[in-house]
Amino acid sequence: MSEAKNWTDICNLDDLVDNSGVCALISGKQVAIFKIKQQGESHFYAISNWDPIGKANVLYRGLIGSVADKTVVISPLYKQRYCLTSGECLDDDLQHVDVFGVRVEGSKVQLAVA
Amino acid sequence: MVGHHFVEQITSHGKTDNAVTYNVTVLSAEPRLAYDRVHLSEYFSGKTADDLALTTPEQYEALGVDFHLDAAVVDIDKQAKLVKTKSGQTFAYDKLIMATGSYPFVPPIEGNDQPHCLVYRTIEDLEDISASSKVSKTGVVVGGGLLGLEAANALREAGLETHVVEFAPQLMAVQVDTGGGRLLKDKIESLGVKVHTQKATQRIEAGQTSRYRMCFADGDFLETDMILFSAGIRPQDTLARQYDLTIGERGGIVVNNHCLTSDPHIYAIGECALWNNFIFGLVAPGYTMARAAASHITGGDVEFLGADMSTKLKLMGVEVGSIGDAHGRIPGAQTYIYENQPDGVYKKIVVNHEQSVLLGAVLVGDTSDYDTLLQYALNGIDLPEHPESLILPASGDAPAGLGADALPDTATICSCHNVSKGDIIAAFDGGACDLSAIKSCTKASTGCGGCSALLKTVVDSELEKRGVEVKKDICEHFAYSRQELYHMVKVGKITTFDGLIEKHGHGLGCEICKPAVGSIMASVWNDFVLEKPHVALQDTNDTYLGNMQKNGTYSVVPRIAGGEITPDKLIVLGQVAKKYNLYTKVTGGQRIDLFGARVEQLPPIWEALIAAGFETGHAYAKSLRTVKSCVGSTWCRYGVQDSVGKAIDLENRYKGLRAPHKIKFGVSGCTRECAEAQSKDIGIIATENGWNLYVCGNGGMKPRHGDLFATDLDDATLVKYIDRVLMFYVATADRLQRTSVWLENLEGGLAYLQDVVINDSLGLCEELEQQMQHIEDTYQCEWKTAIESESSRKRFRQFVNSDESDKQVVFVQEREQIRPATESELEALASESKGTQEIIDVELV
Ligand code: SRM
Ligand SMILES: Cc1cc2nc3c(=O)[nH]c(=O)nc-3n(C[C@H](O)[C@H](O)[C@H](O)COP(=O)(O)OP(=O)(O)OC[C@H]3O[C@@H](n4cnc5c(N)ncnc54)[C@H](O)[C@@H]3O)c2cc1C
Ligand code: SF4
Ligand code: FES
Repeated sequence: MSEAKNWTDICNLDDLVDNSGVCALISGKQVAIFKIKQQGESHFYAISNWDPIGKANVLYRGLIGSVADKTVVISPLYKQRYCLTSGECLDDDLQHVDVFGVRVEGSKVQLAVA
Repeated sequence: MVGHHFVEQITSHGKTDNAVTYNVTVLSAEPRLAYDRVHLSEYFSGKTADDLALTTPEQYEALGVDFHLDAAVVDIDKQAKLVKTKSGQTFAYDKLIMATGSYPFVPPIEGNDQPHCLVYRTIEDLEDISASSKVSKTGVVVGGGLLGLEAANALREAGLETHVVEFAPQLMAVQVDTGGGRLLKDKIESLGVKVHTQKATQRIEAGQTSRYRMCFADGDFLETDMILFSAGIRPQDTLARQYDLTIGERGGIVVNNHCLTSDPHIYAIGECALWNNFIFGLVAPGYTMARAAASHITGGDVEFLGADMSTKLKLMGVEVGSIGDAHGRIPGAQTYIYENQPDGVYKKIVVNHEQSVLLGAVLVGDTSDYDTLLQYALNGIDLPEHPESLILPASGDAPAGLGADALPDTATICSCHNVSKGDIIAAFDGGACDLSAIKSCTKASTGCGGCSALLKTVVDSELEKRGVEVKKDICEHFAYSRQELYHMVKVGKITTFDGLIEKHGHGLGCEICKPAVGSIMASVWNDFVLEKPHVALQDTNDTYLGNMQKNGTYSVVPRIAGGEITPDKLIVLGQVAKKYNLYTKVTGGQRIDLFGARVEQLPPIWEALIAAGFETGHAYAKSLRTVKSCVGSTWCRYGVQDSVGKAIDLENRYKGLRAPHKIKFGVSGCTRECAEAQSKDIGIIATENGWNLYVCGNGGMKPRHGDLFATDLDDATLVKYIDRVLMFYVATADRLQRTSVWLENLEGGLAYLQDVVINDSLGLCEELEQQMQHIEDTYQCEWKTAIESESSRKRFRQFVNSDESDKQVVFVQEREQIRPATESELEALASESKGTQEIIDVELV
């Protein structure tokens, strides 16, 4: 793993909606950011917004769900499920999406930038 | 049909027994191989000859069957054992099977051989009828038997003014008694078919207002453009007569229990065969004959020992059932009759002198007791102490239908394929584990389909006995069915998904349970779908209040109730489309769809539309879509009611109702049915006296015509019934179950639904109406609410941190409008601009 990360402010925490996603544009790249609330605790995830199967920038508009103990986003186009921690596509071994570092500092949501 | 069944039997014998195989040759007079004559009428509702085919040339080739079409046999040489076809080809045989069926009897009436005088037996006949009905306004069916009424229905559906002329004093005199016949006539007339009984046609001459005039023996006459003879069938025994086989007094090739004729090498099966002085004009006995003949040839011991001629059918939506000795002709027979004129129900049972055994029955208007009665009759099951309880309306403690357990193992469940209850149990023992497996290994319910309800009861009871739980879980997160979740939400007053999953489920949910629960919450509470706790439940289409297209953009479909739109509103649609450069198309639902809106454009587009008086069309939601209308009496010279007005009222009443699946309506102003109402979930057709209501039709992947639910309703009753049907559907259907599939799975089917809705048999009607009223009272245009709220407007952004739009959404021009660029067009564009692409510098984990 990389050592020092450059964290960049993206938006305010209250720009996020529980159990759904938003999309950030950062240096021309689209990143989907999700906030998931489970048993009172919030978890944050960030993956590439590009749906490699539907071929459109739509993943942030997908539904959140779980498959056994994996947390997934379900593509709004053709319903493939992508694991938010590993980026693997659970419905197609050949596909996966990039996963990015995300954290909350105070009231700010930040992405890890190289 | 029967000949084909014989081929199946004899070829499958070859498969199991390696020692003997048979060389089979099929000679067919028709230009095609066997097809399903029983469902012939469906040809008029869109089935093709291919759909009706029972086999294909490829299948026959694979079975090693030699076949010749258009090859009527004209000559038999019994000594040399040869047959000759009309083209002069000869074929040798060891065994000859005659399965020549029957031909329609055309009474010897002067003028019966004119061009538009037709019969109803083959696909070619139906093509002739179709062609004739295109140039005819009126049609007469001669003969009010089972087939005649089926033919009359076909003419009525083809839009002809239809008459039935019957020689006897009543309809369906073979199957139904006088009382049942009277009611049947009333019902059929109320559907717009005119019935003339006790009329003997003497002459067909040129007409004055129509093509022909039929002159009756009593001096009356009837003018018509087309005449369809359905005055009975006669066994096709011409060949057999010529070559000295024994023939019955009134026709038919005489056969014994092996279906062997008077020649030891010639068999006769199906409608051409006369057994015990009786012709069996149904397919199931024919199939049994085919099995008997095949068995005799292959050394088996199956015999034909007669067959039950009971029938259950639905004619123009009128249910009719006839069992055994329907007329009570067996000496000593006693009868019980129940008649309910207001509801149009007639039931009669015939029992023996001791009142211990059921001999026969007649059911008109309601055949829900048919299966039970038939099992009593066929298996000689002891009747209850008060046999009348079998046909009286259930009154609390009355014995319900005969459960599957009461049937002996020998009880025939499917007569088409001769499957007994024992066969079904054996199939379970052999490893079959559900209904579809039972169907495919026993073939039960794959013939006329009449036994499907009974089969399901037997299979379900057997599954239950074996401790198999039929799994109804909606998904891995909830071990409940949609209906159970509905009850939990409602009774437990649960208003959020989190609340529900915490209490009754586990995990985070998925694309199956979340939208289902969202829809349940909406039907029960009717909250705004974009309120925070609901946002995350909706499929993207519901969240963004639009249908996502292939490139991630959305379509915009404003409601155009009933398809009626003012010029000013049309202009607004054009202006908005132009301003945002949207692709416009008229939809199949009588409205206008604007495609290609980026997510961030949706709020301003809707703002403009709402300002002009539009509201959301719910094209994205599982809810009411459109109420399709025809112009109706306001403009159309045939219209009998204002169908547009009715469509608009109904669309406004039910808009916004969330349901397990989308719901579509159609309202037609007369029987010509230009609004295709019968293909909708709720179909309404105007009559002189009010409205006929059809329910549970749909187009789509598996089209189904709606069932006639009630006739001649006034405005208030119409709305009341629709409220109840829809709310009952919302409460009890499974997720993503259209009304058609729901009805087909509803135990008791249409009759049950009618009972719940019309007779309030469950005492639910008041509550159903209140629920619908709540939905109507709390209706809001979701788009209006969305654009008025800053926080939901915020959701319509491509980026949280930028106002830019998605650069990867690219359109090209086609026919003067935009369309999404194809993949290759995108690639071409990308390689052009490669040099300028930005370098991705977000760090990968
Ligand atoms: C736009 C339209 C086609 C057109 O250009 O005419 C259309 C477009 C779509 N139809 Fe349709 N259907 C359209 C009329 C129909 C009709 C005809 C009708 O309503 O008279 C039918 C057959 C009738 C019926 O529903 O019984 C029809 C049967 C379907 C089905 C199959 C439903 C079924 O039960 O088998 C689907 C799939 C589904 O709903 O699961 C479907 C699904 C879709 C979806 C939503 C597919 C999707 O998820 O993207 C399309 C979305 C288009 C959009 O973005 O607005 N569409 N669709 C029509 C919109 C009518 C409207 O004004 O709302
Ligand atoms: C509209 C309609 C609806 C019906 N509905 C039902 C129903 O609901 N339930 C039910 O049980 N039954 C129903 N029937 C009856 C059912 O179709 C018949 O019982 C069944 O088709 C009889 O089969 P079969 O093989 O004896 O005769 P067919 O199916 O008529 O087959 C006989 C074939 O032999 C051919 N043929 C005749 N002579 C020669 C020759 N010399 N050489 C070569 N070929 C020859 C004929 O062209 C025909 O193709 C219906 C019939 C019709 C017309
Ligand atoms: S028929 Fe298929 S392609 Fe055409 S609009 Fe309907 S869903 Fe889309
Ligand atoms: S009785 Fe006809 S399919 Fe079973």
